[in-house]
Amino acid sequence: MRYGYYPGCSLERNAGAYHTSLMAVAAQLGVEFAEVDDWNCCGATEFIAVNRLRAYALVSRNLALAARQTNGSNGAAKGQLVAPCSACYLNLSKVEHYLSQSPALASGVNNALAAGGLSYEPGSVRVRHLLDVLVNDVGYEKVAARVRRPLHGLRVAPYYGCLVVRPGFQGRFDDPEYPTSLDRLMRTLGATVVDFPLKAHCCGGHMTQISRDVALELIRRLLKNAADYQADMIVTLCPMCQLNLDAFQESVNGLFGTEYRIPILFFTQLMGLAFGLSPAAVGIGKEFVDARPALAKIGAAAPAAAEAAPKRKPRRGDQSLPLPQMPEEEL
Amino acid sequence: MSAENPHRTRHDPHATPDAGHGERVGVYVCHCGHNIANTVAVEEVAEWAGEQPNVVVARDYKFMCSSLGQELIEQDIQQLGLNRVVVAACSPHMHEKTFRSACQRAGLNPYLFEMANIREMGSWATDDREAATQKAKAQVKGAVERAVRQQPLEPLYVDINPNTLVVGGGIAGLTAALELANAGYHVYLVERDSSIGGHMAKLDKTFPTLDCAACILTPKMVDVANHPNITLMTWSEVLSVHGYVGNFTVRVRKKARYIKEDLCTGCGTCVEKCPVRIIDQNFEVGLGYRKAVYRNFPQAVPKYPVIDTANCTFFQRGKCRACEIVCPTDAIDFNQKDEIVDLEVGNIILATGYEQFDARRVPQYGYGRLANVFTSMEFERMVNAAGPTAGRVVLRDGVTVPKRIAIIHCVGSRDKNYHEYCSRACCMAALKFAHLVHERVPEAEVFNFYIDIRASGKHYEEFYHRVLSEGTHFIRGRVAEVTDAARGPGEEGQLIIQVEDTLIGKQRRIPVDMVILMAGMESRKDARQVAALFGLGCDYDGWFTERHAKLDPVVTMTEGILVAGACQGPKAIPESVAQGSAAAARVAGMMGQRVMKREPVRACIDAASCSGCRICNTLCPYHAITFHEDRKVSEVIPALCQGCGACVAACPSAAISGAHFTRDQVLAQIEGILWDARQPEVLWLEPQ
Amino acid sequence: MENEFQPIIVGFLCNWCSYRAADLAGTARVHYAPTMRPIRVMCTARVEPEFVLKALREGADGVLIAGCHPGECHYVEGNIKALRRFTLLKAMLRQFGVEDERVQLVWAAASEGKQLAEAVDRMTEQLRALGPLRWRQRVLGEQPVARHALEVEVGAD
Repeated sequence: MRYGYYPGCSLERNAGAYHTSLMAVAAQLGVEFAEVDDWNCCGATEFIAVNRLRAYALVSRNLALAARQTNGSNGAAKGQLVAPCSACYLNLSKVEHYLSQSPALASGVNNALAAGGLSYEPGSVRVRHLLDVLVNDVGYEKVAARVRRPLHGLRVAPYYGCLVVRPGFQGRFDDPEYPTSLDRLMRTLGATVVDFPLKAHCCGGHMTQISRDVALELIRRLLKNAADYQADMIVTLCPMCQLNLDAFQESVNGLFGTEYRIPILFFTQLMGLAFGLSPAAVGIGKEFVDARPALAKIGAAAPAAAEAAPKRKPRRGDQSLPLPQMPEEEL
Repeated sequence: MSAENPHRTRHDPHATPDAGHGERVGVYVCHCGHNIANTVAVEEVAEWAGEQPNVVVARDYKFMCSSLGQELIEQDIQQLGLNRVVVAACSPHMHEKTFRSACQRAGLNPYLFEMANIREMGSWATDDREAATQKAKAQVKGAVERAVRQQPLEPLYVDINPNTLVVGGGIAGLTAALELANAGYHVYLVERDSSIGGHMAKLDKTFPTLDCAACILTPKMVDVANHPNITLMTWSEVLSVHGYVGNFTVRVRKKARYIKEDLCTGCGTCVEKCPVRIIDQNFEVGLGYRKAVYRNFPQAVPKYPVIDTANCTFFQRGKCRACEIVCPTDAIDFNQKDEIVDLEVGNIILATGYEQFDARRVPQYGYGRLANVFTSMEFERMVNAAGPTAGRVVLRDGVTVPKRIAIIHCVGSRDKNYHEYCSRACCMAALKFAHLVHERVPEAEVFNFYIDIRASGKHYEEFYHRVLSEGTHFIRGRVAEVTDAARGPGEEGQLIIQVEDTLIGKQRRIPVDMVILMAGMESRKDARQVAALFGLGCDYDGWFTERHAKLDPVVTMTEGILVAGACQGPKAIPESVAQGSAAAARVAGMMGQRVMKREPVRACIDAASCSGCRICNTLCPYHAITFHEDRKVSEVIPALCQGCGACVAACPSAAISGAHFTRDQVLAQIEGILWDARQPEVLWLEPQ
Repeated sequence: MENEFQPIIVGFLCNWCSYRAADLAGTARVHYAPTMRPIRVMCTARVEPEFVLKALREGADGVLIAGCHPGECHYVEGNIKALRRFTLLKAMLRQFGVEDERVQLVWAAASEGKQLAEAVDRMTEQLRALGPLRWRQRVLGEQPVARHALEVEVGAD
């Protein structure tokens, strides 16, 4: 399987570990990512508020390049563009969606693109998030088959952030309110997934630069929630989320007098570890909050399955009411 | 327009009819007050119509449907010897019957009448007078051409079987069955569950009167069981339906109970001694337990229990037999088999009810994940004195009494992500819950989170005010999420309701101990299969479609199949009862006539032209076409044929004709309706 | 606008859903192009391909067949039968050079007056863009001969 690949700026800088680990994991799964040649900024979260048409044109240039370069001729899946960064993913898919909806916008954007000798026909690129591709195209079974060192004993809080699941338009692959695909992926790797009610809540985004206290409060809530559920680490799929929770954890502790030491890793790093790759090969060691103490728990405790309480008859005198049945969880 | 002659004649009434056919058509163009006349030049249309071949007389008149208008037609039929009548007015769904009766009174076969719809599909659909007039002429011309080729038809009379099948033993079905039985007709009541009573049997109190549901329901259940005119078939399912109104054959499977009904006294010893205890997902909606041999509730009707083979130790592992050992009357029969029964009935009333929306589908409300989030039906069972907690309001641990309770309205209803419709009954049920909490746990605080309070019913609004005065908090806003993720010490260990209070324009976080989700109503998962089984339609949401939303809410498009209760749309008890009675009244009214008239719009196969290809045989959805192996021809059974015309259109030999919609008639109508569209008459050269 | 081409559409409306939808459009005073001339049939399954061809031959610029939504047919699945027949007919019309927009099958429930009206408007616009059908030239390949040419020919006889 070969996809067009749009790394975005984060994966070249602060989220270098994401890039390293996803490439290592992709190689193990037989997935190839062909980087779009000459890509440019996705506009991040601000530019679209500054000038709509220019922002759309900026993003569309990437779509136009991707459409040209993933035309099926080099063995790549036609028009499939993978973005691992949630912000890039949202911007690319949002622009593609609105261009398809509005011919007027598409023609305005194409006027701008023409200056660079490019054009883009809406609908010709399908923007995918990395997680979507790994769980839906590759599939849980194939991932499970690659696991060499199951993550038994590791309690992870799956953190999706906001951009990958919302808004709930076209091509969104999970529930916008309570996504579960990362949960299942982590279970596939053998990890214990804790309930993490804030899994799709805000990480503070760029508020760290604008209103620091607001951002730190948002980050604190997430850390507290993970700590309340005794998670060993938070696993994320977004460079922004990783950065905020990791780099600002000390500031949160300073402001609120807490003592959180919760490592924040990319899901691809845990995939790599479970596949038997070395920590260095998946970029572990680049995070601010050291992940090694948590990772040392892998295999130390009994497998997660044994933790589940055996079915027992209710004791005499126990008046508790049965819990609602949930559909059988796969894996 | 003079007073003596309110209508104007456009053509010499004594002109000789068109020699070719001898049909004498009268055309009547209605003004409908201003409704048509404002947009269509009715006089011009009538004058023009009078000049068309076969038309003997053409008139325009203010109100054709008035008694004077009808008399006009009757007079012309008698005095001018009309043998075809065309009225250009409103929709045939409005007045076809009216004018057919007028024709009949004047001695003209009513199927020699045709209507041109120049109001709904003409004057009301455009402002363009010229175009509307032109279109009206085309419609009149089409109608005239069609009428000229019409044939007199006689309606079909069939006997009506006086028995009725009622499917579903909830309050709607019970009401319908009792009404019919009391009127002296026999009723088969088929219920899928082991007991009748439906959802209502699970309830504690009913709003707004707060009378005990069991107290008003169980006497009705007993009446049904004891009524000489009712054959009660519980633990039974309809397998197939054949036939047509007046004469349905219904095949029913009576599932094995593994209890001999003639020996069982309903003492309940087997239930008591059964060692298997499992969660009751059906009657107790997962909140309570039952045994492998069980009754839904002590007052179940019939009183016989049923053995759940999937959980019975004997059926699974071949040993135990505890029930058999303790039964004082030897009523346990492990060898019982399902029984297939065929019923002959004239009408069928479907009262198959609803299902509660699965609250797990709204993950942000945490049902199934957060222990102290309950569904409304769970709470109904909880407050029921006969329920799992004997009426105590407690948290999932069975002991702790909640101090703060949130009731969230519109879960799965009024929500584009799930169901757009309002489920009607939940607002009132939520108010009832608030009241019951105040009654049982006086120190508790109750928060109702609502979008709008829908309290439109007799004494409903008054009940709302009563609950308001009891101190219930009402917070207007759709809840964003229910979470146990505490932000600070004040929220630890509680469920937090995150909501925008739209009355004060603020986000609020309200910690509570218990959450009740007012899950809406949805159609049963198998509603579409049931609809297909009985040959009726479902709307987008799976509710059965009634014939007319306002004027015919109990009959479906399929004659002889009626609907009652929540299978037709969300309803509370009073409306379900009303609809059950209404359906029964319709059936009784029909049976009072003993025979029924059916439209003669039927297909007919000309045996001489039939090639015996049998294409039509499988096309017929009513199995109305039989094939005679000996003569190698197909034949339509008129009583079964519903007149859709699928076979007529499919016959490669044109051997099938569809009465009142014959090929000649439709082709002539096409020609007529396109009278002005034909390409100009010049010489056309064949291509070289 | 005065000289704008007004196409003529023959509408075969099923008695139970689409005819009622058209009634409802009128009752609700939904205005739409006065181009559709209705013919009531009990079910879309009654519509023979010949009816469509006849309408086109007689001068209609388009034919609209409207029935109940799949699953809501009064006769269980007559609309599905119509759909199957329609698909075959379209394949043939395409070979005749009749554009796809000229013969359309739409679903309109009795409550969908507005949708049916929109379908008529949409189809009217499409036919306006296509222009008149002129079946005799288009399909039969005939050429009209002007009246004076006819007279010349008659004169020569």
